[in-house]
Order: sequence, then structure tokens, then C-alpha cells
Amino acid sequence: MVNIVVTRVIEALIALVMMSLVIFFLSRLTGDPVALLLGDGATEADKLALIRELGLDQSIFVQYLTFLGNALTGDFGRSVTAGNQPALELILSRLPASLSLAGVALAFTVLLGVLFGVMAALRHNTAVDVLARLIALIGQSVPSFWLGIVLMYIFAVQLRWLPTSGYGEWQHYILPAATLGLFTLAAITRLVRSSMLEAMGSEYIKLARVKGLSEHAVVWKHALANSLIPVVTFMGTFFAVMITGAVIVETVFSWPGIGRLAYESILSRDFPVVQAVVLVITALFIIANLLVDILYLVIDPRMRSRG
Amino acid sequence: MSELTSGSPPRRQIVRPLIAFWHSLDWPLRVAVGILLVFVIVALLGPMIAPHDPLKGSLRARLLPPAWQEGGQWEYVFGTDRLGRDILSRIIAGARISLTVCVLVIAIAGTIGTAVGTIAGYFGGWADRVLMRLVDLALSLPVILLALLLGAISGPSFANIIIVISLTLWSQYARMARGETLKIRNEDYVDLARTSGLSDLRIIVRHIMPNIAPALIVIATLQVGVVIVLEASLSFLGVGVPPPAPSWGSMVADGRSYIASAWWLCMVPGMAILITVMAVNLLGDALTDRINPALRGRNI
Repeated sequence: MVNIVVTRVIEALIALVMMSLVIFFLSRLTGDPVALLLGDGATEADKLALIRELGLDQSIFVQYLTFLGNALTGDFGRSVTAGNQPALELILSRLPASLSLAGVALAFTVLLGVLFGVMAALRHNTAVDVLARLIALIGQSVPSFWLGIVLMYIFAVQLRWLPTSGYGEWQHYILPAATLGLFTLAAITRLVRSSMLEAMGSEYIKLARVKGLSEHAVVWKHALANSLIPVVTFMGTFFAVMITGAVIVETVFSWPGIGRLAYESILSRDFPVVQAVVLVITALFIIANLLVDILYLVIDPRMRSRG
Repeated sequence: MSELTSGSPPRRQIVRPLIAFWHSLDWPLRVAVGILLVFVIVALLGPMIAPHDPLKGSLRARLLPPAWQEGGQWEYVFGTDRLGRDILSRIIAGARISLTVCVLVIAIAGTIGTAVGTIAGYFGGWADRVLMRLVDLALSLPVILLALLLGAISGPSFANIIIVISLTLWSQYARMARGETLKIRNEDYVDLARTSGLSDLRIIVRHIMPNIAPALIVIATLQVGVVIVLEASLSFLGVGVPPPAPSWGSMVADGRSYIASAWWLCMVPGMAILITVMAVNLLGDALTDRINPALRGRNI
């Protein structure tokens, strides 16, 4: 099992290095970094100075190694727009807002999704099942930017129950977390419903019933335990959906997280921040997938021998 | 020998299976198929059925509410935007944009993904390992960020969104194509084709691809909804289809600041996205159930 974990960690590191290559070459080869960094009003002397400072007179290979070396020590350069702050510092200051929002959204969607999925499977083909499937279908189909605007209009503008935007109080979390979580809620409901239906018809559930276990134990212990495995396999995907969704949801609700930072820095062409934020988000992505792989090994003993 | 193994299969009938398919659908699915037919026809006919020019507004008809509201006119069924442009005509033009993006992305991503997946599955070994690493990498790309990055570097363009969305979606075809190829690559008819001296390319194209096609068609169907939402999201963020082309996403963005006074600017394009994507997903789920039941509920 240790071997598998080590392999996964090495694979994750390779993926991260590959991603740094993609980001580096995308931002170097598709545009002139000097023009992007300096803007329109720069003189020839400014350009030459910046070229030397950035090491752009070196070969592209040396440039990449410098970029990678700096990135490893946490140096992504300074933000061009936000008061010359170091890019990484800026990101770290915005990270708690994003992580807390994604955490709240994920916790609620897992709880509600499992509940809805189990209810729908136990009352297969009844009104409860139809309702759960309808919620799942809408959640799977609704574009989050529009859902955010509609929820804001109904609950903040019309009913005045919740604030339109802001950060700090628990009320501020409700609308953004609901918007961010609906897709995942739909996905978990579908997953749990279909694997519960499968589990309830299986041999080991029949055996558990024959042994005389209570219905409560059969459903919530035996059937659910196996039905949760597919949910765990998809946790990496859900996290990815949340991170990508964060860019949109944070922009709609003016949430001070890294999603909105990414959006704003890209629009204002603040390239040091852009590079750093894309790399940090990808790293979060890869780490989440790594943790899911390891978690998978822990909960499903069959996987340990396979690798 | 080659006529024996590579002769084209007998032409299948097209109309009768379609009618049988329609009869096998329950009513929600029939509604979904109907909605999709309307979407495709509207997108194809586009300018021919739009009552007004989607790009030119009339300043005397600014911010008119939908016809059934007080002050609305039947000339502008879904009302007009702040430049006096007819919302219905813009929705119709937006349908064409959505459909074009869907067709192009699914063609590009499907071709690349299928090629990579069948090659990895058929040859195995190091080709498989390298290609599948590439697939994993593609899966770890944050789509929206990549699109924003490209959009910021070269400005919003139609080509950019096609590239970015294809870049993130091809890997699903590759995974499926590889899995399905692994299942059949040691079947008797593939062995027979190999021993009769057919080239690998010919075996893949003539004998493997037709057999893995159903599974790939399911993925393509499920991706239609994903592509529509992604395109709309990117256009909403200002890095999708460049203005003034009326993408459904940029229409929502335009109407966002008028939500309290002119709700229809946001609601109409949003509902267009929601209804179309719901119809596609409903149909995609039904196809999954029929063609690849093992994936039921797992196609996320």
C-alpha cells in the first residue's frame, strides 16, 4: 500500500510540473510579456530594463527553469495592480474565503445529497423519487451564474431575507454556497440513488435481512456503506467543479476569494498574479485528487492489491 | 481476402428504428425530444424566422416588457433590451451560436479523444501509459481559468472558446474509447482481421470503431449540455463569443444590472439555457440507460 501511495505522489508531482510548463508557455508564447506587463505608455528604455530584469534575453529553457525555481520558493513576482504586493501573499490572503465557502457548500451537499439519494431509492418510483430526480435534473442543468443572479433577486432583492453580497457573517454564506453546491448536490443524489438501488437488490442485503437485522441497520449500515464508494471516487471531480465554479460564483456575489482574484487579475492583465493563481488552483486540484486516491485505498480494501 | 473481412455492413434502415424509438419513449422524453427538435430547427433557420434584426435596436422601443405584461407589445414577444433590440430574435440568434459551438467542439474533442483512446487501448504498452498520463493531465486543467487566460491574452474570440472547451472535453472520449477497445481487442473477429493481414489502422477504423461507437455517442449526447453551459459561462464572464453576437450567456450578463427593473433581460436567456440543457440531459440519461446501463447515474 505504501508503494501505491508513493507512486501516486510522484505522479501528482509530474502533473504539477507539466501544468507549470503549460502555464509558462501559454503566457510566454502567446503574448509579449513585456508589452503585457508595461502597458501602452512605456518607453524603449523601460522595455530593455524589464527584459533584462525578467531574464527574457536568456534562452526559453533557462527562463522556464528560473520561473520554476522561483515558483518553488514561493516567488511569483509582484502584483502589477494591487499595490505591488507579492503575488503569493495576495493569494494566501484570499484563500480562507474560498476554502470556507467550498467547505460549507461541500459539507451541505454531501449530507443532503446522500439523504435525498437514499430517500429516492427507498421510495423508488413514488412522488419522493420523482421529486429527487427532478431536483437532480435541474441541478445538473442550471448554469450557476444565472442561478446566482436569480437567487439573489428572489431572496435578497424581493424578500430581503438575506444580504446580496458581502463576507463575514453566516448569512453571507447561504446564497453563494447554495449556488456553488447545487450541481454537486444533484450529482451526489444521482450517484447515491443508483448505487442504493443496486445495493438493495444484492445478495449481501438479502443475507443481512435473513440474519434478522433491523431495516434501519440494513439500509444505513450495510447498503449505504457500499453506496458511498462511488461518491468517494467522484470527490476529486466535485472539488474540481467547486473550484471552477468558484470563479463564477465569487464573481457574481463579489466574494473575496481566489476565484474572483483570478477573474480580476486576468481582466486587468496582472500576469504575475495570474500565473500564481492558476498554479495554486491546479495544485489544490491535484492535491485533492491525491487525497481522494489515498482515501479510496483506505475505504475499499479491494483496491490495495491492484494499485 | 479483403472483400471477406472489410466489406461494408448491409445498410441499416433509418426511419423505422427512429419510429420505434419514439414509441418507446415516455412523455417527459417525448417533450425533451420535441424541445431539442425546436432548438435545432430554430438554430438552423435562424435569421429566416427571427422577427427583428438581433443586432439592431429601435431606440423608441427600449426596455419593453414581454407582451403578456402591462406595457408589452406583441411585436416584441419577450420584450426588448436597453438598446431596443428584440429579445426573441436574440434568443434565436443565440441558439445558432450554441449549436455551432456544440457541433464543432464535439467533432474536435470526439475525433481527438477517440483516436487517442483507441490507439492507447489497441496497442497498449508504453503508448497506453503515455497517452493516459496526458488524459489525466487534461482532466486536471481548470477549464474556466484556462479560458480566461487565453481570452485575456488574445481577446475573446470564437476560435478560443472552441479550442479551450475541446481541450478539456476530449479526455472523456479517450477514457471511454480506451476502455471499450480493451474489451474487444482480443475478440475473434479482430484476431481474424489481424491474421488476414489487415493493417492496424484499418482494423481500428473498420472493426474497432463501429463497435465502440454507441458508447461514444452517449458521451457526445451528455456533453451537449456541458458545452452549452460552458459556452454561456465563458460568454457571461466576457471571454466567450465576442460582442455584439448575442450568446445566451452574454445576454444574461447584459441584463444583470437591470434585474430589479427589467427582470426579463436575465430570465428569458437563462430559461432558454435551462430548458435546452434539461432536455439534452434527460435524453442523455435515457440513452445511457439503453446503451450503457453500467454507467447509470454515474455520468457526471
